[in-house]
Amino acid sequence: MWIAVVTLLILAAVLGGLLGFASVRFRPEGNPIVDNIDDILPQTQCGQCGYPGCRPYAEAIANGDKINKCPPGGEATIQALADLLDVEPEPLDAEHGEEKGRTVAVIREDECIGCTKCIQACPVDAILGAAKQMHTVIESECTGCDLCVEPCPVDCIDMVPIEVTLRSWHWDKPEPGVSLIATDQPADRERAA
Amino acid sequence: MTAQAVIVTDKVFSLKGGIHPDERKTLSNTTPIAEVPLPSVLVLPLTMHLGAPADPVVSVGSTVRKGDVLATAVGGISAAVHAPTSGRICAIEERVIAHESGLPAPCILLEADGEDDWRARYGLPNWREQPVDELIQRLRDCGVVGQGGAGFPTDVKYRNKHKPITTLLINAAECEPYITADDRLMREHADEVLQGAVIAKHLLGASTIRLGIEDNKPQALVAMREAAGHLGIDLRISVVPTKYPSGGERQLIQLVTGQEVPRGGLPSDLGIVCQNVGTLASIYRAVVFDEPLISRVTTVTGEAVDAPGNYEVRIGTPIETVLNQAGVHLKKADRVIMGGPMMGFAIPDITAPLMKTTNCLLVPTRKELPRPMPDNPCIRCGLCEQACPVNLLPQQLFWASKHRDLDAAELHSINDCIECGACAYVCPSRIPLVQYYRYAKGELRNEQEEQIKSERARARFEARQARLEKERLEKEARRKARAKAAAEARAAKAESGSGEPDAQDDAIKAAMARAKAKKAGATQNTAEPSREDLEKALELAATKVKKANERLLVAEQESPAMVPALRKALTKLEEKHATAQAALENAAHGEPTRTEVKKETDS
Repeated sequence: MWIAVVTLLILAAVLGGLLGFASVRFRPEGNPIVDNIDDILPQTQCGQCGYPGCRPYAEAIANGDKINKCPPGGEATIQALADLLDVEPEPLDAEHGEEKGRTVAVIREDECIGCTKCIQACPVDAILGAAKQMHTVIESECTGCDLCVEPCPVDCIDMVPIEVTLRSWHWDKPEPGVSLIATDQPADRERAA
Repeated sequence: MTAQAVIVTDKVFSLKGGIHPDERKTLSNTTPIAEVPLPSVLVLPLTMHLGAPADPVVSVGSTVRKGDVLATAVGGISAAVHAPTSGRICAIEERVIAHESGLPAPCILLEADGEDDWRARYGLPNWREQPVDELIQRLRDCGVVGQGGAGFPTDVKYRNKHKPITTLLINAAECEPYITADDRLMREHADEVLQGAVIAKHLLGASTIRLGIEDNKPQALVAMREAAGHLGIDLRISVVPTKYPSGGERQLIQLVTGQEVPRGGLPSDLGIVCQNVGTLASIYRAVVFDEPLISRVTTVTGEAVDAPGNYEVRIGTPIETVLNQAGVHLKKADRVIMGGPMMGFAIPDITAPLMKTTNCLLVPTRKELPRPMPDNPCIRCGLCEQACPVNLLPQQLFWASKHRDLDAAELHSINDCIECGACAYVCPSRIPLVQYYRYAKGELRNEQEEQIKSERARARFEARQARLEKERLEKEARRKARAKAAAEARAAKAESGSGEPDAQDDAIKAAMARAKAKKAGATQNTAEPSREDLEKALELAATKVKKANERLLVAEQESPAMVPALRKALTKLEEKHATAQAALENAAHGEPTRTEVKKETDS
């Protein structure tokens, strides 16, 4: 009996030591949950959530903030966050803005006075220009965050919806057909609810 | 070429799934290929192929001859556009093209002059003597693209040689109902197709030419066999049973070789390159006669057409013109379908032009191809799974697509769906399955693009944060360095003033000394600056006067308005200079100042 006890004690000590060593040696850097949340956020860096960028908001969510403060992400982001964090999805908080289609900033170039204010405001360095030189938006890098619109002293920046091109176009979802089963019919479901 | 051609018939392997829709091929394959007269204006879209749009090289108003380049290929995957006839460029603008979306696309409009005057052509009848690269470039220059439906630029298939190619497979299956363009082309121009195949084989360095043809085209098969014998071309023939979709590239390879093209791979992974018969004929014409792809054979069929058949049509001819030639009763039909009944789509506007990929224009009567009835719920019968030729689970894909569950759709390999429509054809609930898949594929593609974009935005945001942080730290460091330097300088001054080690005491003493000196100065009413300081001031004043003089000279020549102001400034500076000089002279005459004495004692 003593042999068994001693054997198990030795095993426990060795394995415990091993685990302890591993937990120190292979500790993941940073908080992985923050990275996971950050991956879901749309990275527009617009600050509409009240935090200066997506990563700070991800950190706030990890510390218990609400998940419904991201208008650019909209319902899809809220749903994904709810799935990740295993919480109830909530409707988008209207206080932070509404979900809109993707837009891109366009500078009316002949009106630009070259003040560089929008360049300083852009969170992703998507505006090109220098003092007293005309500025322009690098369209492919613009996240449509609106942050450059407000600082412009001559109001020469427009947020233009991204147009559908032959390349980006795709088929719509087909119209649903007849619903023969009563419970499938949306009107009935609403009545029941 | 002198040796007897070896023509063998190979065993055919099986293909899972597939359907047997009503073929309706005899409607259009009994008459020879007819010509469509030249329209007055041709519309040439810049994207008639997969890949980047071509770049126009002509300007509005310029005259072109038949076969001239109108737009060149840009980048790796792209194809040039040529003038199908001689004439004048009358516009380069957005026009509605035959696309599912109905969106306009940039087009070149060519007004025909009726001369149909060819440009100088440099055919290569002895193409075997030319370097392979030059021949491939010829295909690119002639704008040859796959004419089976997708419009993949042909030169790319010959350029990509990451694997050795052993087999050229001629795709002559033409499995979709109604379409007979390849059938008629083989019957009438089998020699062109086969000579194109010989060129393609040469370009690939392949050893065998194989022909995959459905058993519903016996006359075409005979024509090909005879042409091969007559030209002395070795050919291995696989006569596959008529089944839709055996004409898909991957499906035909499976039928002919028994091997499956790996997922995400290309036929070249199996050492095979597959080409449609129409494409091979274009290769032949491009290489031997230097004729770019400016016309093609198109089937015009359906019960609403008076004279269904195949037509040789110039690319860019308005579809309306083609339909009028064939005698279409648009009142009997409610749509014009481009492509076949399985994979085609209703074109948004019949003024849209015919393109390099248009193999069929189908105008069915309402009775012939009725509008789809509303769909019923899925009854989970599983017929779709049995019909799927690529071993997918259409039902699972349907649920995922319907509820926009893109992860599930991807898990069930939605991107491997070839959109053949076999599942929707057999569905007893008439669910438009392919439309759901197309929707989900589009959403998936958009999502992936968004993901890439957001990844880049994150990288840029983080780079910017890092840069701002670095700038802030640098500023801080500079400020600290300045503060430190100032403190050291003060300490040094204080030390030199009192000789005591305590810096704070020094500072206080220095301040007290300064205050005392100031008081003393106030009572004496004369400051006593050092000689050095005075000299420095004098020098500074002199340079300032000099500069002001220069500026004044420049201003006199360039901007006279500034002259009075500059003059005033100059006189002021001169006054300052004079006072500085006077002070220095005073100091030189007077006793050495106190500070000088101090300095002498220090040293």
